[in-house]
Amino acid sequence: MRLYARLLAMQLRLSLTLAMQYRVDFIGASLLSLGNYAVALVPFIVVFGNHRTIAGWSWQEALVVFGWFVMLRAVLEGAITPSLTAVVDHIRKGTLDFVILKPADAQFLVSTARFLPQRVTDFLGGVTIVVVAFHELHRWPEPRHVAAAVAMLFVALAVLYSLWILVISVAFIAVRVDNLSFLFSSIFDAARWPSSVFRGALGFVFTFVIPLAVMTTTPAQALLGTLSVEGTATSLAGAALFSVVARRIWLGAIRKYTSAGG
Amino acid sequence: MNGDVAASARAFPALLRTGFADAVAYRAEFLVWVLTTNMPLVMLALWNAVARDAPVGNWSGEGFVAYYLGALIVRLVTSAWVAWEMTFEIRQGVMPTRLLRPLNPLVHYAAENLAALPLRALVSLPVAAILLYTVGRAQLTQDPVLLAVFALSLAGAWLLTFLAMATIGSLAMLVQSAVSLVEVWFGLFSVLSGYLVPLDLLPKWLAAIAAWLPFQLLLSFPVRTLLGRISRADALGLLGLQAAYVAAFFLLLTVVWREGTRRYSAFGG
Repeated sequence: MRLYARLLAMQLRLSLTLAMQYRVDFIGASLLSLGNYAVALVPFIVVFGNHRTIAGWSWQEALVVFGWFVMLRAVLEGAITPSLTAVVDHIRKGTLDFVILKPADAQFLVSTARFLPQRVTDFLGGVTIVVVAFHELHRWPEPRHVAAAVAMLFVALAVLYSLWILVISVAFIAVRVDNLSFLFSSIFDAARWPSSVFRGALGFVFTFVIPLAVMTTTPAQALLGTLSVEGTATSLAGAALFSVVARRIWLGAIRKYTSAGG
Repeated sequence: MNGDVAASARAFPALLRTGFADAVAYRAEFLVWVLTTNMPLVMLALWNAVARDAPVGNWSGEGFVAYYLGALIVRLVTSAWVAWEMTFEIRQGVMPTRLLRPLNPLVHYAAENLAALPLRALVSLPVAAILLYTVGRAQLTQDPVLLAVFALSLAGAWLLTFLAMATIGSLAMLVQSAVSLVEVWFGLFSVLSGYLVPLDLLPKWLAAIAAWLPFQLLLSFPVRTLLGRISRADALGLLGLQAAYVAAFFLLLTVVWREGTRRYSAFGG
C-alpha cells in the first residue's frame, strides 16, 4: 500500500511539473473552458427561460445538477481522460507490454499515467455554480446533506472510474479506437440535465447501462436534501457492484491481451 | 495547391475504393464516431420533456422530433473529422510521407471522408429516416423545390465543413494549438448552427448574429429546408450564401495550405 501511495505521489508530481512547463497553455485552456461553460449554459437558459420547471426541477435545482456536472467533468478531463488517451496509445503502438511488465498492478499504473492539474480551476468553477444556485434558492444545505453529498461524490467517482476501466477493456479488443475518449465525453455530456428528464429508452440507458443519474443527479439531490434513504443505499450498492464487475472485466481483458504478437 | 487536376480526377475512384476498404477494416472506430453524434437525441428527449404540456414557440413535441432527427441525419452525412486526422498526422510526422506522393493530400483526405459515407449511412441513417418518416411525416416539406434545395444544401454543408476542418487542420503546420481551435469551432457550432437549440428559440440578438455566420449553413439551413420551415426565396438566398462561404473557405484553405507546407517542409530541410 505504501508503495502505491509513493507511486501516486510521484506520478502527480511529474504531471504537475509537466503542466508548469506550459504556463501559456494553462491560461489558454482556462479561457477555453470558461467559453465552453458559457456555451453550455445557452441551452440551459433557453430551456428554463420558457418553462420555470422541467420534470419537477426548478431552474435553481437544475443548476445544482449542472454544477456537479462541471465538477465531475473536471475530474474526468483532469484525471481520467489523459490516462485513457495514454493507454490507447500504448495499445496501438504495442508498448503496453512495458507497462504490464513493471512490478506493480497494471490497472493502477495505467490509471495514474497522466494527470492535468490545470483542471482544478474547472472544479472550482463547478463549486461556484453550486454556491450560486443555493444563493438563488435562498437557503443553505444542512451539514448532514453536505455529508451525504460528499458520500455521493465518491459513489460518482467510483462509477466514473469503473466506466473508464470498461472503456479500456473495449480498447483491448478493438485496437484502433483513438476516439473512445470523445465517445466517453459525448455520452457524459447528457449528465448535465437532471435524469428524470429522460424517459423511455434513453432513461433506461442512462440509469442502468451508463449510470449518469448516479453521477450528477443523486449527488445534487443529496445536497438539496431530496434524496431518500433507499436512494442512497441503492446508489452505494450499485456503485460497489459496478466497481467489482469492472475490475473483473479488466482482469479478464488483460489476460486475453496478446499485444502485437497475436 | 499543386497537383494536376486531371490526375486527381483519374485517381479519385481508386481513392474512394481504398477509403471504403479502410473504413470497413476499422469498423469499430467507425461505430464509435457515429455514436459520438448522440447530442441531438439527448436534446430531443429534453425538449420533449419541456413541450409535454405546451408547445415552445413554434415547436410542438412532434416538431422537435422532426427537427432533431433531421439534425441527426444532416450531422451524420456532413460531419468531417479531417482536422483531428491532420493535426495528428502533422504532429506524428506522417504528413511528409503524404506530401511526397504525386497527389495533393487534401484530395486524399476528401476521398477518405467521402468513401466513409456509405458506412455511416448504413449504421444509423435508416433508423433516423424511418423514424422521421413515421413520427413526423406531417412535419416534412412536400415542395419539390425545397427538397431539391435540401439535397444541394446537404452537399454544400459537407463541402463547407470539410473545407473549414481542413483549414484548421492545415493551421497545425503553423501554430501549436490547432486542436484547441477545433474545440472553439465546435463550441461555436453547437450554439450558432442550431445543433443544440433551434435558432428561432435563441435570444433575438444571438439569432441575429447567427444569421450571418457560416455555422447555420451547416445544420440549421438544411434541416429547416427539409421541414419546410423556410420560404423558397429565403432557401435560395441561403443557398447562395452557402456557395459564397464555400468559395471563401476554399480560398482561405489554399492560402493556409501553401503557407503551411512551406513552413512545414522547412522543418525537415
